[in-house]
Amino acid sequence: MQFDSTQLIPVLPEISLLTLACVVLVVDLFIREEQRIISYGISQVGLILTLLITILVAQPTTQILFDGSYIRDPMSDLLKVGILLITFLAFLYAKDYLRDRGLFKGEFYTLGLFAVLGMMIMTSANSFLTIYLGLELLALCLYALVAFNRNSPQGAEAAMKYFVLGALASGMLLYGISMIYGATGTLRFDELAQVVDKGDMNQLVMIFGVVFLVIGLAFKLGAVPFHMWVPDVYHGAPTAVTLFIGSAPKIAAFALAMRLLVDGLADLHGGWEGWQGMLIILAVLSMAIGNLIAIAQTNIKRMLAYSTISHVGFILLGILAGTKEGYTAAMFYTLVYALMSAGGFGVVIALSRKGFEAENLDDFKGLNQRNPWFAGMMLLLMFSMAGVPPTVGFFAKLFVLDAVVSVDLTWLALVGVFFSIIGAFYYIRVIKIMYFDQPTDESPITVGMDTQVVLSLNGLAMLFLGLFPAGLLSLCSNAIGN
Amino acid sequence: MIADWPILSLTVWLPIIGGFMVLASGDREANATKWTALTIAILTFIVSLPLWFAFDSATAQMQFVERVPWVPAFNVEYYMGIDGISMPLIILTTFITPLVVIAGWEVIKFRPSQYMAAFLIMEGVMVGVFSALDAMLFYVFWEAMLIPMFLIIGVWGGENRVYATIKFFLYTFFGSVFMLVALIYMYFQSGSFDILGFHTLKLGLTEQILIFIAFLMAFAVKVPMWPVHTWLPDAHVEAPTGGSVVLAAIMLKIGGYGFLRFSLPITPDASHTLDWLIIGMSLIAVVYIGFVALVQQDMKKLIAYSSIAHMGFVTLGFFIIFIINQNNAGSGAALGVQGGMVQMVSHGFISAALFLCVGVLYDRLHSRQINDYGGVVNTMPIFAAFMVFFAMANAGLPGTSGFVGEFMVIIASFRADFWYAFLAATTLIIGAAYTLWMVKRVIFGDVTNEGVATLKDMNNREFIVLGTLAAAVLLLGLWPAPLVEVMDASVNNLLQHISVSKL
Repeated sequence: MQFDSTQLIPVLPEISLLTLACVVLVVDLFIREEQRIISYGISQVGLILTLLITILVAQPTTQILFDGSYIRDPMSDLLKVGILLITFLAFLYAKDYLRDRGLFKGEFYTLGLFAVLGMMIMTSANSFLTIYLGLELLALCLYALVAFNRNSPQGAEAAMKYFVLGALASGMLLYGISMIYGATGTLRFDELAQVVDKGDMNQLVMIFGVVFLVIGLAFKLGAVPFHMWVPDVYHGAPTAVTLFIGSAPKIAAFALAMRLLVDGLADLHGGWEGWQGMLIILAVLSMAIGNLIAIAQTNIKRMLAYSTISHVGFILLGILAGTKEGYTAAMFYTLVYALMSAGGFGVVIALSRKGFEAENLDDFKGLNQRNPWFAGMMLLLMFSMAGVPPTVGFFAKLFVLDAVVSVDLTWLALVGVFFSIIGAFYYIRVIKIMYFDQPTDESPITVGMDTQVVLSLNGLAMLFLGLFPAGLLSLCSNAIGN
Repeated sequence: MIADWPILSLTVWLPIIGGFMVLASGDREANATKWTALTIAILTFIVSLPLWFAFDSATAQMQFVERVPWVPAFNVEYYMGIDGISMPLIILTTFITPLVVIAGWEVIKFRPSQYMAAFLIMEGVMVGVFSALDAMLFYVFWEAMLIPMFLIIGVWGGENRVYATIKFFLYTFFGSVFMLVALIYMYFQSGSFDILGFHTLKLGLTEQILIFIAFLMAFAVKVPMWPVHTWLPDAHVEAPTGGSVVLAAIMLKIGGYGFLRFSLPITPDASHTLDWLIIGMSLIAVVYIGFVALVQQDMKKLIAYSSIAHMGFVTLGFFIIFIINQNNAGSGAALGVQGGMVQMVSHGFISAALFLCVGVLYDRLHSRQINDYGGVVNTMPIFAAFMVFFAMANAGLPGTSGFVGEFMVIIASFRADFWYAFLAATTLIIGAAYTLWMVKRVIFGDVTNEGVATLKDMNNREFIVLGTLAAAVLLLGLWPAPLVEVMDASVNNLLQHISVSKL
C-alpha cells in the first residue's frame, strides 16, 4: 500500500499523546522537585489538547488504515474521548494526594500517559497484533503504577500479583489468538468476520480459541472466576493509582471486548455454544460473587473493588445480548461506571490527608456533619452505583435490562435485579455511615479548590445525566452504528 | 384555560427545586430557612388547587396532560396527567406537607434545613408518582421517593433508626425491582412505556399472573399488606413525627394507588384469578393485625398496626369487586373501589393527626410508652379533646371520615359474601377496642406521674396543625359527596375496563 500522509490524520490523537508523553518524560528531567507542578500542567493541557484533536478528527464514517491494523470509527472516537476525560479527572484528583505523600514525581504522569496511549491503541485496534500491543503497553504501565509507592510492601505485593496474573492472562489471550489464527489464517478482525461468516474453518480449534480469548478478556475485565487480582490491586495500590485503574481502563476493556467479540466473532455469538453462553456464566457469577463479598468488606477500596466486579457483570449482560441496543447499553454503562468510579475514589482521596488514608468505612463516619457537601456528592455516587433513580446508574441498569429482555433472556434480567438488591445494601451502608453515625475524627477536611469544583461537577453529573440521559444515550447509539 | 397550564409539572418541580434551595441556604439563618420552606409548601398547595377546581369530573379521560419525549431511544416520555383516582391523592399530598413542615418547626434542632428540604423534595416526588402516566417516569419517582425517606428516618429518627431505615429501604427496593422487570417486559410487548397503552395490551393468563405477582410484590410491600408489613412498625416507631405522618398519610396510599393504576387494569384476569389471595391477605390484616394492635405498649406502634388494618380495608374494597361482579350485584363494585379510595384519603388525615398527637406528647416527655402517661386530660384539656376526637375517627365513629370509607367497603362486602362482611365488620369492634383503650390509658384517669403533672397544653402552632386536620376529618365525614363525585367517572371507567377479559 502506498504511504500517504493523509493517512496520519486519523491517528493524530495517538501521535499527539505519544509526543506529550515523551515531552513530559524529557521536561521532567530538567525541573526541580518543587517545580513538579509543571509536569502535571503539561500532562493536563496535553490531555485536553488530545481530547480536542480526537473530537476534530472524529467522523461518522469508518476508516481502516495501515494494512488493516488500525481502525478509526465512531465507537473509537467516543471511547477515546471518554478515556481522555476520565484520565484528566484522575490526574486532577491524584495531584494533592501524591504531593502529600512524596509521590509527586514525573514518572506518574509518564506512565499514566503511556497507559492512556495503550488504551487508545486498544480502542482503535483492527487486528489481534495491534490489540495485543495496546493491551501490553497498558498493562506494563499499570504494573509499575501499582508499585509506585516503593516503600509500601502492600503495593509491591499487589503489583507482583497483578503482574503474574496479568502475564498469565496475556498468555491465555495469545494462545487463543494463535488458535484462531490457525483456524482462519487471518489476524484482521474484518477478514476474520468474513471467514467466520462463511464457516470455512476448523470448528473445534476455533471454539477452543474463542474460549481462551474469553478467558483472557475476563481476566482483564476482572470478571468472576478470574477476578482474584482486583481486590488486592485496588487495596494495595496508592489510592490515586486505584482511582486511575478503576476508571479509564474499564472503558478500554470494554473496547477490547467489542473489538474481539463483536467486530471479529459476531457470528459465533449465539446460544450456549457461542460466546454468549460463556458471557452469561461470567456475568451471573460476577454479579453474585461481587455483590455478596462486597457486603463483608470493611475497607472501602476493597468494597469498591468487589463492586467493580459486579458492575462488570452488568456490562457483560449488555454485550451478551448481542444486539445494537445491547452494545449501546453496555457502552452507556461503561462510560457511566467510569465516571462513578472516578468520583467515588475522588471522595476517598479528598478525605485522606498527609499521614492518614481514609481507607476504612469507619473513616466516613459522620461525614455529613464534617462536610455536608462532600457527603451529598458521595450520596449521589452511591445511589447511582446502587442504581436508584433519579441518578444515572438507574438508567444504565435499565438500558442493559431492556437489552437483555429484548432477546428473551428475561430470567437473566431477574437475576440481575436480584443481585442489585443485595448490592444496594452495601452502598446504602456507606450512606448510613456518613449520615447516621457520629464522627470519630473531627479534623477538618482540606481540599484544593480545583478538586472541590471538579468533584462537585462529577457528583452532580450523576443527577444531571439521570434527569437527561437521552443525550449520552444517543451518542452511544450513534457510536455503535449498525 | 387553566387546564392548559403545566400545573402538574409546577406541583412536582416547585417543591423539589424549592427543596434544593432550602438545602443550599444551610442552617446559618435557621429561621429564615424554615419560613422559606413553609412558603414553598403553602405555595405548592395553592398551585395544586386548580387541579381540584378546574377538574372535569364528568369524564374519565386524563386531564392536565403534559407529554414530551424524554429518552426517545427507548420511547420513554415525560408524560403526566391525572384522573379522578390520582387527583384527590395529589391534593392530599400537597395538603399534608405544609402541616408536616409546621409540625417540625421547633422540634427539629439538628440541621433543620436538610430536614425541611427532604420533606419538600419528597412532596414533589410523591406528586410525581401520582401523576406519571409513563411507566418509567412512574418508576423513577417511585424509587426516588425512597432516598429522602431513608434519610429522614435515619438522621432524625429514634434509637434504633439505622435498623429501621435500612429495613425500610431494602424491603421497598426488593419489592419494586421486580415490578421494573415486569414493566420492561410489557414495554417489549407494547412498544412504549405508556401506562394507558399497557391497559389495553393483550396478555395471556400466565403472563398476566407473573406480571400481577411482580406488581403485588411492589405494592403489597408499600401498602403494606400482611405478611410483608413488618417494616412498617419499625419505620414508624423510629421515624421522627413528620416522617411518620408522611409515611402513613401518603406513602402507604401509593401502594393502594398502584393497585388501581397497574394491577387491576393491566392484569384484570390475573386479578380475578388471584382475588382470593388478596382478599385473604386483606382480611388477615383487618382482623389479625387489629388484635396485634391491641397488645402494643408503644403508641406509635399501635397506630402503625392500626394503619395496616385500615389499609387492609382499602385492598379489600379493591378486590372484592370480582366477587360482586360474579354475583351480578351491580353498583356494589363501584362502592367497593370508591370506599377504598375514601378510606385512603380519610386514613391520610386520621393517621397523620394521630401521629402528630403522639408527637405532641413525645416532644414534652420524650416517651411513646402508654404506661408513661395517664390523666393527660387534667393538664392538657384542649389536646385531650383533639386526641379523643381523632381516636373516635380512627375507630370509625359516624360523622367522621373514618366511618364513610369503612361503611362503604363493608356494604360492598355484603354484596359479595356475608362472611367477608362479617370479618371486615369486626374491625368496628377491634378498632374501637385498641384505640379507645389507648385513649383511656393515656388521656383519662388521674394524673399518674410527675411528668404528666408538669405538661403544658398545646401551643398555637400545634393547635393550627391539629385543628386543620380535625376540620378535614369532620368535613369529609359529614359531606363525602364531593370526593365521591370527582372519582365517580374514573372508577366506573376502571370497572368497565376490568369487566372485559383480556384473554
